[in-house]
Amino acid sequence: MTTMLELNDVHAYYGKIHALKGISLNVAKGEIVTLIGGNGAGKTTTLRTICALMRPTSGAAMLNGENLSNYKASQLAAKGVAMVPEGRGVFSRMTVLENLEMGAYHRNDKAGILEDIEHIYALFPRLKERRGQVSGTLSGGEQQMLAMGRAMMSRPSLLLLDEPSMGLAPVLVEAIFSTVEEINRQGTTILLVEQNALMALQIASRGYVLQTGEIVLSDSARALQRNAMVQKVYLGIE
Amino acid sequence: MTLSQRLRDIDWIDVWLWVFRVVIILGVVIGITRKLFFGAGTTYDSSDWIDFFISGLSQGGLYALIALGYTMVYGVLFMINFAHGEFFMSGAMASTYLIASTLAASGFINEQPILYLVLVTVAAVLTSMGVSLLTERIAYRPLRRAPRLVPLITAIGASFFWQYIFRGLFGSAVKAFPVPTILEGRVNVFGLDFLKVRLIVIIVSILALIGLYLFVQKTKTGKSIRAVAEDKDVAALMGIDVDRAIATTFAIGAMMAGIAAVLWGLVFKQVIFSMGFVPGIKAFTAAVLGGIGSIPGAALGGFFLGVIEAVGPPLILEGLGAPGAHQLKDVTAFLLLVLVLIFRPQGIIGERLAEKKA
Repeated sequence: MTTMLELNDVHAYYGKIHALKGISLNVAKGEIVTLIGGNGAGKTTTLRTICALMRPTSGAAMLNGENLSNYKASQLAAKGVAMVPEGRGVFSRMTVLENLEMGAYHRNDKAGILEDIEHIYALFPRLKERRGQVSGTLSGGEQQMLAMGRAMMSRPSLLLLDEPSMGLAPVLVEAIFSTVEEINRQGTTILLVEQNALMALQIASRGYVLQTGEIVLSDSARALQRNAMVQKVYLGIE
Repeated sequence: MTLSQRLRDIDWIDVWLWVFRVVIILGVVIGITRKLFFGAGTTYDSSDWIDFFISGLSQGGLYALIALGYTMVYGVLFMINFAHGEFFMSGAMASTYLIASTLAASGFINEQPILYLVLVTVAAVLTSMGVSLLTERIAYRPLRRAPRLVPLITAIGASFFWQYIFRGLFGSAVKAFPVPTILEGRVNVFGLDFLKVRLIVIIVSILALIGLYLFVQKTKTGKSIRAVAEDKDVAALMGIDVDRAIATTFAIGAMMAGIAAVLWGLVFKQVIFSMGFVPGIKAFTAAVLGGIGSIPGAALGGFFLGVIEAVGPPLILEGLGAPGAHQLKDVTAFLLLVLVLIFRPQGIIGERLAEKKA
């Protein structure tokens, strides 16, 4: 399989705080890879570095062999990278439809955009019912669907998901994760950042465990599920 | 509970605010009653009142146009751009000195009055936009991640900078703004008697406001500005060039200021390098009145301020026996600002920004 995303010894700082201490990971085309870890482990920072919202102080994030830090964050959508940010980041004063349109901002094919909006509505029928509604009034689950639908509107080849399960009821988490699998089946490569290791390891093929800015473990998802440390710390199994 | 305990539980600031409310409401009621029913101060007939109202409305249109620049920039950057009044001044000065006075001297002004107005407006708008884009690029963009007080102080500095640049370029004298003769005098519409220029100001400002609102709501660029106003990082992830959207916001605000500059010239018939200060502060007041960050709020706040400023002094202050009430426009305007800040800090239709943006 060909490598799509590769991080090579990436270091990043928030002011004086050394947030990423040499992260190396790779995601192959067509995979679901998960990055699990607790609060403050550096999961979001890793994603922000990939999206060029933060610059690494050393090391590089490469997409199909191109160094992503040569680009501005606003150029990445056209490169096929989309992110569903932590806390969803929907434009709360814009309608559901306008949010979806913003996802297709860099595209100019009107017919294709309309077609994709219908596709998103098929994936999330709730969004169709609420298309004219201001998205700040949606429930948490609906906002998560909207954020994912909006990210899909850019027709990404790589989708970065930052804690899609955060603050959602278990039944909704299941629905969101099965949609993630569905999106992957349709050909989008996924890097999934999660605190909910149990769910994440069920749908991922491989996983990395991040602790205080370092990757301490990497293996297939199945092996990680059986790993004693992962079981104890992240799955709550004694 | 004893009386002394109850007294201790009272929040005296609330009591003071209530007293203040009662005093203001009493003042307004007494003033209006004395004016209307007991004939205090000068006597006005109904056509005088209509005149006050119309001139207030037209002044309000000018405030609204300028207020848009404050409110849009605040919407995307959470910064009060105190140099905005200078964008307005620069448009008025450059178009008067470079275009209007030449066209007036050659007689073109009365041969082709409409073309004259178009050319002057284009010059004013281009100057205002150029000045605002330069200010944004040189003075504000490098400070995007600085604490909020820093760009605020920079804005005050930029304001002085532009005032003295234009004073250096064109001198410190008052210069006449040439008005085509066809626009002099009055016109009767729907049985109401308007000064022609006042009518033009009202119509043009309403059209410009509607146009701007549609632009922001419906066009892709307008939507990108709204997205940047909500969340710059997420907007960037959508592929929106955030710096460009911010520059566009400045340019559009300046365009409105440029239009206001020509309308201001038509009404007051003169320009000077210091003319941006008072309209700037008034428009800022209007933006806060309406709810800063909101475009309909700025429009509403502008008209509201204009009308209150024009009708308030003769109606309320004369009724209360204030001497020279017609000179107390500015007092009325800023009193209104203080009242809004105390009793409804989010403005007429504003959201509670402090809560959201904290």
